[in-house]
Amino acid sequence: MNGDGSNTYETPQPLWLLAELTYRCPLQCPYCSNPVDFARYKDELSTEDWLRVLREARELGCAQLGFSGGEPLLRRDLETLVEESRKLGYYTNLITSAVGMDTDRVARLKEAGLDHIQISFQASRQDVSDYIAGTKSYERKIEMARTVKSQGYPMVLNIVLHRHNLDHISEILDLAADLDADYVELANTQYYGWAYLNRDQLLPTREQVERAEEVANRYQEYYKGQMEIFFVAPDYFDTQPKACMGGWGNVFLGIAPDGMVLPCQSARDLPGITFPNVQDESLPDIWYRSEAFNRFRGYDWMPEPCASCPERFNDFGGCRCQAYLLTGDPARTDPVCSLSPDHHKIAEAFDEAAERQAQEEAQPLVFRNPRNSGKVTS
Amino acid sequence: MSDAASNLDQQAALTVASGFRFQWEPSQSGYVLLYPEGMITLNDSAAEILKLCDGRTAREIVEALSTQFPDADLEADVLEFLEEAHERGWIQYV
Ligand code: SF4
Ligand code: SF4
Repeated sequence: MNGDGSNTYETPQPLWLLAELTYRCPLQCPYCSNPVDFARYKDELSTEDWLRVLREARELGCAQLGFSGGEPLLRRDLETLVEESRKLGYYTNLITSAVGMDTDRVARLKEAGLDHIQISFQASRQDVSDYIAGTKSYERKIEMARTVKSQGYPMVLNIVLHRHNLDHISEILDLAADLDADYVELANTQYYGWAYLNRDQLLPTREQVERAEEVANRYQEYYKGQMEIFFVAPDYFDTQPKACMGGWGNVFLGIAPDGMVLPCQSARDLPGITFPNVQDESLPDIWYRSEAFNRFRGYDWMPEPCASCPERFNDFGGCRCQAYLLTGDPARTDPVCSLSPDHHKIAEAFDEAAERQAQEEAQPLVFRNPRNSGKVTS
Repeated sequence: MSDAASNLDQQAALTVASGFRFQWEPSQSGYVLLYPEGMITLNDSAAEILKLCDGRTAREIVEALSTQFPDADLEADVLEFLEEAHERGWIQYV
């Protein structure tokens, strides 16, 4: 308790369920949000397990459901899961690379009740796109985006931004408009997991980010009411952190392919926390009572400067994964914050990246695939 | 907002926009609008109005609500809400 109001915190109901159906993926994006050691987790929940989890999460309060992965289309039971989810009253989102999609499948999913499809694009140019994806996939994506729209789905295009595509923002947005996207998410790379491994290669300059944002703002104005454009700024360029996942254990519930339940997709990489599994415990027990979900909930766990900062109710002290990667301790204030004693680490990251780029000794991109996953974690 | 409803065609049939879903949400004890990766919780009056966006025109919606709540003068508020909902893309012409 202090002058900035009481720390009273009551665990709310979760609203967002992210079902990561598989870690398998035909693409190899070097900023993938899957854990770097994903190749270790080969087990996947059965259809029955998923159906139970979907019911439990809906009863807990989840209304938005994202099917993602890896590539969720690789699960043959996707239609079954979508159908049940729709019956339960979820708004169902498919988050896909569109590789492995075909016109029939898009139609079958529609019949099963799928509400919306989000397609990830790597770039607006075939060469950059195929390079970043590590797979020839650009043509397929374009074709499938048109199919998705022609079958009457609302469509979100998601493009992860970094040094290699930030200068092509207007081309990217022209492409999105041409494909008749309803929403475009320009998501700047955040540096955890694979992106952290590839940070020297992916980190843009401040000028690149500023220019891109300016262009995005212009397009936003121009396409108002027709195509909504979100520009998600990169944490590293900010001085106040974002409310990561809307707060730990606050709105978001993620289930990994093997049934591990996570307060954020990247949390699996945090040390010293045992995350519960839906195969051992019920979802309400996990959400309300597990140690993992309560670890960084609310405000009582916070160190200074967060503990007495009025902003803690808005940003929850920032991102735990970022705190861990940059300081070695997931319980510290997010170094993105200008009040953090570790804030200099961000400037150091820029200096290092610039230096390595200048000396051309940045290591080549580490593509996200099982071979590299085994290497970086052994 | 003096002329709030000026951009809405009051004679055109209205429906919840495609991609949006209007439903009762038990955990919120209220009606919500769901759309790609988002949710809007609605207050009671917004919910009453959206319930009627089932192919009726703005005029018909005003009339229906005036019958339902004869003591209130709702016309301006209803039209203002419909205008805003239309501008935000929650509802569309059929
Ligand atoms: S980010 Fe790329 S590699 Fe990772 S799951 Fe998505 S499409 Fe696959
Ligand atoms: S000190 Fe903590 S609570 Fe305050 S702005 Fe920084 S991260 Fe947020």
